[in-house]
Amino acid sequence: MTLTVNPKVLTKKDFASDQTVRWCPGCGDYAILSTVQKVFAQLGLPREKFVVVSGIGCSSRFPYYMNTYGFHTIHGRAPAVATGIKLANPDLSVWVVTGDGDALSIGGNHLIHAARRNADIKVLLFNNAIYGLTKGQLSPTSPRGMKTKSSPYGSVERPVNPIHLTLGAGATFVARTVDVFQSHMAETLEAAYRHKGFAFVEILQNCVIFNHGMWFPYTERDRRHDHVVYLEPGKPLRFGKAQEKGLVMKDGKMETVILGEDAAEEDLVVHDPSSPALAFMLGQLRDPLPVGVFYQVEQPTYEEWMYRQMEDVKRQKGKGDLKALYHAGDTWVVE
Amino acid sequence: MEKEAPLEAPVWQRVVVRFAGDSGDGMQLTGNQFSLASVLAHRDISTLPEFPAEIRAPAGTLGGVSAFQIQVGGQDVLTPGDQPDVLVAMNPASLKVSLPELPRGALIIVNTDAFTPANLKKAGYTTNPLEDGSLRDYQVIPVPITRLNREAVKDVEGLDKKFIDRSKNFFALGLVYWLFDLKPDPTLAWIDRKFGKRNPAVAEANKRALMAGYNYGITAELFQHRYRIPSVDFPPGTYRRITGNEALAMGLVTAAQKAGKMLFYGAYPITPASDILHHLAPLRHYDVLTFQAEDEIAAMAAAVGAAFAGAFAAVGTSGPGMLLKAEALNLAVMAELPLVVIDVQRGGPSTGLPTKVEQADLLMALFGRNGESPLVVVAPSTPADAFDMAIEAFRLAVRAMTPVVLLSDGFLANSSEPWRIPDPEDIPPIPVRHPSVRNNGGRFLPYKRDPETLARPWAIPGTPGLEHRIGGLEKEPETGNVSYDPQHHQRMVKERAEKIERLAGVIPEAEVFGPEEGDLLVVGWGSTFGAIREAVRQAQDQGLSVAHMHLRYLNPMPRNVGQVLKRYKHVLVPELNMGQLAWLLQARYLVPVEKLNKVQGRPFKTVEILKAIEQMVDGR
Ligand code: SF4
Repeated sequence: MTLTVNPKVLTKKDFASDQTVRWCPGCGDYAILSTVQKVFAQLGLPREKFVVVSGIGCSSRFPYYMNTYGFHTIHGRAPAVATGIKLANPDLSVWVVTGDGDALSIGGNHLIHAARRNADIKVLLFNNAIYGLTKGQLSPTSPRGMKTKSSPYGSVERPVNPIHLTLGAGATFVARTVDVFQSHMAETLEAAYRHKGFAFVEILQNCVIFNHGMWFPYTERDRRHDHVVYLEPGKPLRFGKAQEKGLVMKDGKMETVILGEDAAEEDLVVHDPSSPALAFMLGQLRDPLPVGVFYQVEQPTYEEWMYRQMEDVKRQKGKGDLKALYHAGDTWVVE
Repeated sequence: MEKEAPLEAPVWQRVVVRFAGDSGDGMQLTGNQFSLASVLAHRDISTLPEFPAEIRAPAGTLGGVSAFQIQVGGQDVLTPGDQPDVLVAMNPASLKVSLPELPRGALIIVNTDAFTPANLKKAGYTTNPLEDGSLRDYQVIPVPITRLNREAVKDVEGLDKKFIDRSKNFFALGLVYWLFDLKPDPTLAWIDRKFGKRNPAVAEANKRALMAGYNYGITAELFQHRYRIPSVDFPPGTYRRITGNEALAMGLVTAAQKAGKMLFYGAYPITPASDILHHLAPLRHYDVLTFQAEDEIAAMAAAVGAAFAGAFAAVGTSGPGMLLKAEALNLAVMAELPLVVIDVQRGGPSTGLPTKVEQADLLMALFGRNGESPLVVVAPSTPADAFDMAIEAFRLAVRAMTPVVLLSDGFLANSSEPWRIPDPEDIPPIPVRHPSVRNNGGRFLPYKRDPETLARPWAIPGTPGLEHRIGGLEKEPETGNVSYDPQHHQRMVKERAEKIERLAGVIPEAEVFGPEEGDLLVVGWGSTFGAIREAVRQAQDQGLSVAHMHLRYLNPMPRNVGQVLKRYKHVLVPELNMGQLAWLLQARYLVPVEKLNKVQGRPFKTVEILKAIEQMVDGR
């Protein structure tokens, strides 16, 4: 992939389109939009190289607000559309914006297969654990017991875990961030961009209208320290207001300990994003909730394989010639 | 050197031959070789393979019969033939399956060695048809093929036992070559090419089997006569045999190259369309990127993405896949992106008859999407025509920035005919324009239409300054901004329809075969071309006032269709469905039409159409 370095320095404003943003006031999507615009401006890639692809749902209005190439497609299919775009032109930086219903319910199959192929596309999943655009039905990430318009007595479904799902599907980059963690989100998005291959970022997002407060234990300033652990490669897993807590491995499970009381710093698990086993265990945790890059491994991308194969075959057989194609097999001449 | 046939050899204008046996008997190979030898001897042919639906049906059963029918002629051959004049039956099951198709007096070559009590039982025979007199209306030529063949190959050195009986189809083929006065040389050469290096013993066995069969014909004096078929005066050129699926694959590649584009082909395995994928997958060096998607939906969605990014994108599927593709196809209608969707139709509804032909997806192609969703529909009429129509489909797609549905079917896909190979230089380029500058002063308007074609500009990602957003929501004209304004919706709906209608101005008028006006016009579309044309020709030979119009463009229809329909007293529409084109013609042109419908998973027989014609014209 060759990236042209943009001579003109871009700012966040260059990435804002002229369309009025129409999410509900207070929706977590605003913060994500703002961060994405800011991050795009810093990546050193000209505007025309970005393509933002979405499916259906509140989050999927996203491309209209980005002054890049954009495609608001159909429910759940954005990863497939994005794969086609990337294959047709590997030079483009292709981003999928999707939601929990879009990516994990109707589009589950496409997410799985995009992850396994490892096309270099970035998938941002805004997880608000509800269907917003259709006005409040339970989603595949709604917790059991949650009361919604379609589950008035409480959901009887078991939710899907987006981190586990994408890890299991073979994603080469799996991360989580939160709508209100602006700088963390920016770092995570940039890491996703720098990753060569399929990158999946779950962004916990607050839907003020239909599922307000879903993530409050993790987002409220006074509580978040005790319930969120930041994943940093090579660093021990510590959290708490004074970093007084940590995570240790005990009997094959992760457990919270108080430093100095239950364990020492050396006992803590050190984050290693190259370990799929650790990534799965971290994916299991709800309290504290890990944010950051769970897993990252470098593998050849889908489009690399594809184009390399095209080049290899060209080298072996020569550039395809229509005449030879037509005349392959048994022919006969009539004088 | 070789003995003349015992009786004088009459000249046959056409003969229909059917090779039938167990799916392990190599009947497709045999049929293909016979086709090759025939065309190399300058006979015209049309072929139809029939595979069992199950991959490995139990050997010897009716479900396991594999057959290959071919019509060979000394004049224009348009169909694989109504009824076999010659049947080669390798076992009881294949005899039983084929017999209902045979006219009285047909020649049946049977492998008597396969008529064992066990095989007879598997085929459901309680008595041996070779002995019980039930075949007295046919000329049965009993040949102990298995034993004669074992004898022929017994001295081949190093031949694995399991290959001994596998060569018996070549014995049968050799015998038929003699019967048809065809040279075995092309098959000998083919055997060398195919097996010579890999397995010389097998090559030797197959060659000996072939020649033993041929010589058996000379010496055994089994036949009353040989079939002498005159050769056809083909226009000069280089020829090959081509199936509909091969033709579509080559047409797609050609279209992309003629536009200087990569071909993106998305597919999910489905019968009978998968062969298109198989033909395209090895063509990486032609800038062909085949994408085997996780499902039908993704194949279509990825093609939409590839088209947005500027590739020539196509997908191929069959009815059940077409349903799943409707959603993303409709997005391409709304986003106004050019791409080609091939539907190789098969019997439905639902899973239906996966390996059998039907033409029942026409109305789905036209109307099977939510909202007002006009697109172009074309349908090749012969395997060779599929090549031209694949190119034409892309030409129209790009011209009007629209998806085009190309309707093939299970018969067209697998049947073959001789194809005069074109010079690629003679195929005109497909002009594609990707704008690089803004079309409205300082702004780029992604839905500002070309005044002539009403196509919107195909600006592709990566172009500086033309950043824009498209999607499935309704738009404001020109800007493409999301709009639910009632007037905007009405205007956009009209424009999307109008740009398709305007293509009628550039597609050719429908040709009429026969009198300009008269008693009856037979109207068809798709793979029924051969059967209809042949029937109309025979009716004309009887002096009936009948003409044939075959529609290769179904939306928009050629501009003269309405006029042509009105010049005949009656209109007959034969279709392999319950009357979908008939319905369309009635709705569009308000003309009464008679329908002739067949939904048996099989193509029309010429005689079926001829009968309908005769009934309509002179009440016979
Ligand atoms: S419904 Fe919820 S998710 Fe949708 S825009 Fe409103 S607040 Fe945001």
